[in-house]
Amino acid sequence: MRIIPKALMATLFACFLSAPLTALGMDIRIGYIQWTPDQGPVLSNVIPEPEDTGLRGAELAIEDNNTTGGFLGHHYLLESRIAKSEEQAQEVLESMMRQGIELFILRVPAPTLKTMADKTAGKALVFNAGAKEDELRLGGCQPHVLHTQPSYAMLTDGLAQWLNQRRWKTLFMITGPTDSDRAWADAFRRSATRFGLNIVADKPWTFDADLRRTASQELPLFTQANDYDAVVVADTRGDFGEYVPFNTWLPRPVVGTQGMSPVAWHRVVESWGAAQLQNRFRELAGRDMNGDDYAAWAAIRSLGTAVTQLDVANAERIRDFLFSEDFQLAAFKGRKLSYRPWNGQLRQPIPLVHPRGLVSTTPIEGFLHPITDLDSLGFDEAESECRINS
Amino acid sequence: MEKIFCASILAVLLGFSASSLANIAYVSNEKDDSISILDTETMQVIETIAVGKRPRGILLSKDHTKLYICASDDDTVQIMDLETRRIIDTLPSGEDPEQFALHPNDRWLFIANEDDAIVTVVDVQSKDVLAQIDVGVEPEGMAVSPDGRWAVNTSETSSMLHWIDTESFEIKKNMVVGQRPRHVEFSQDGKIAWASAEIGGTVHIIDVETLEEITTLDFAIRGVHQDKVQPVGIELTSDGRYAFVALGPANHVAVVDAQTYEILDYLLVGRRVWQLALNEDESLLLTTNGVSGDVSVIDVENLKVTKSIEVGRYPWGVVVTP
Repeated sequence: MRIIPKALMATLFACFLSAPLTALGMDIRIGYIQWTPDQGPVLSNVIPEPEDTGLRGAELAIEDNNTTGGFLGHHYLLESRIAKSEEQAQEVLESMMRQGIELFILRVPAPTLKTMADKTAGKALVFNAGAKEDELRLGGCQPHVLHTQPSYAMLTDGLAQWLNQRRWKTLFMITGPTDSDRAWADAFRRSATRFGLNIVADKPWTFDADLRRTASQELPLFTQANDYDAVVVADTRGDFGEYVPFNTWLPRPVVGTQGMSPVAWHRVVESWGAAQLQNRFRELAGRDMNGDDYAAWAAIRSLGTAVTQLDVANAERIRDFLFSEDFQLAAFKGRKLSYRPWNGQLRQPIPLVHPRGLVSTTPIEGFLHPITDLDSLGFDEAESECRINS
Repeated sequence: MEKIFCASILAVLLGFSASSLANIAYVSNEKDDSISILDTETMQVIETIAVGKRPRGILLSKDHTKLYICASDDDTVQIMDLETRRIIDTLPSGEDPEQFALHPNDRWLFIANEDDAIVTVVDVQSKDVLAQIDVGVEPEGMAVSPDGRWAVNTSETSSMLHWIDTESFEIKKNMVVGQRPRHVEFSQDGKIAWASAEIGGTVHIIDVETLEEITTLDFAIRGVHQDKVQPVGIELTSDGRYAFVALGPANHVAVVDAQTYEILDYLLVGRRVWQLALNEDESLLLTTNGVSGDVSVIDVENLKVTKSIEVGRYPWGVVVTP
């Protein structure tokens, strides 16, 4: 895929257009495929993850796009499927491609995403609204794959900036046993180095029934150390992490995947018009909007923003527009969002939240960057091998 | 209008002090569910009145005896009698009213219902809902042209201006503008409409006769990141000299030459400046600063910020009576 400057110029004229309500119709078909492997049993299963996480964000964005599209003769259609297995997810993708769909939102694990990216190369534009793995943004990037889901490094950099600003620099870290726990922890270790934090204890969570104690009894002993400013938990499933706050040996705050967490989105985000988005989502889904819903929403809103401006639904043209100077996504995070040209990652502020309140929004003022302070979150261009636009 | 203009000239000639006219300013505090009442002579809050939930857009009846208040989370428009400073009535507003504009006939109130993607038109005397018009996602800004012909609504997430014919209550034109359009203001003669786009960082100047864009204004403030330049409120002097544009988290108000569209200056005000209002003789410009919870006062003649006055939490709208 290559940028077509002439075509782009022509489309700029479309920026100022009018259309009666009964304009000629244009259908924009978008495929949404979700597959989440079983997470296994978890200790803190009090608040289960909604099964329609992600999908509902996609549906809301389709509604938003159609309200706008109604004035322009654009009609957005969502073909969605929550698959029961990886094979089924792959089959659904192939069948949607056979139906001629060339715009996809995928909420699948990283290995599945890689296979799907290979299948769709040169045939579709794909948004990763699920996998947070940094490796997907560091190497092997494909020009047709964009990421609206923030990477682990973006999340942990946000957290590390805040810890640095608070001068809570001495940390006790606990990491769970799963691949994603380790990926989160690796990202945090890198962030700690980057922002001058010191991990004085770095312990894997190995708690098992042999200890004959509950997690809350085990944790005070588990977190014994000379001193630390905060405890960092890497427990992406929510297995033991919910039991860490208030159960630490020293009276210290808990941050990470539990306690105060860096997230793409959360119900407590309300500034910059976000209250309206939250209201619309609650009305549609009957629950609060989360980070995965937001990633799917942002992907389909990116498509809607492009189609509104371009008046075409062609994947290649949309892709070119998304990387052009003319694209800016208004996404309720207080500033315009754009895609990193080297790896297709959506730049975005990362809120730090606890279950009932917003603590801070990162990047934190003062963490400078020569291009945009949003690139102080996550791996920067020089650290990534990807160059999908050159 | 000429009278006002002459009065302001006179005030200037007399060595100024418009404040001697003792205008009263009303400020809606979004997160305090209250209206702060400011005496612009003493520059002090003289009273704080509890109103409905999440008050945002406010405006005055043409005779300046009533204040209309969008109580967004109460899904209603409240009417405050300015003599007694009491809420005397409510209007059916549709859900989540955010901003509104009053037709020159002093009866038709055009209300943007942010959560419902509609504009509701209410007759303020009979309280009848005259029309509900489907618009884009998150309708916000509302303005009615001085001749009453057009009602313009901005829809934030659709990034459009919807031009509503006030005779048929139908949309005649949809304009795609910069991302997240927030506010529209007509020039005194009704020939030009100014529309701000918050995320786009732009102000669009539109010829009302042809409904074509004349030009787009961009803003650049030394030492402020471009992403933080987010235009919201716009206020125009009636003599056609200045346009003031509130630039949100850039914490500045831009001063624009309303004839040449040249940006003359940026004035530092409080944090996240949202809306603006001139006093009667246009010697003072008041700004609501959402994050810092105050109102900045700008001396229009000298283009200097002279004072900041603490009001409630998250001040949103502001109007000034003579």
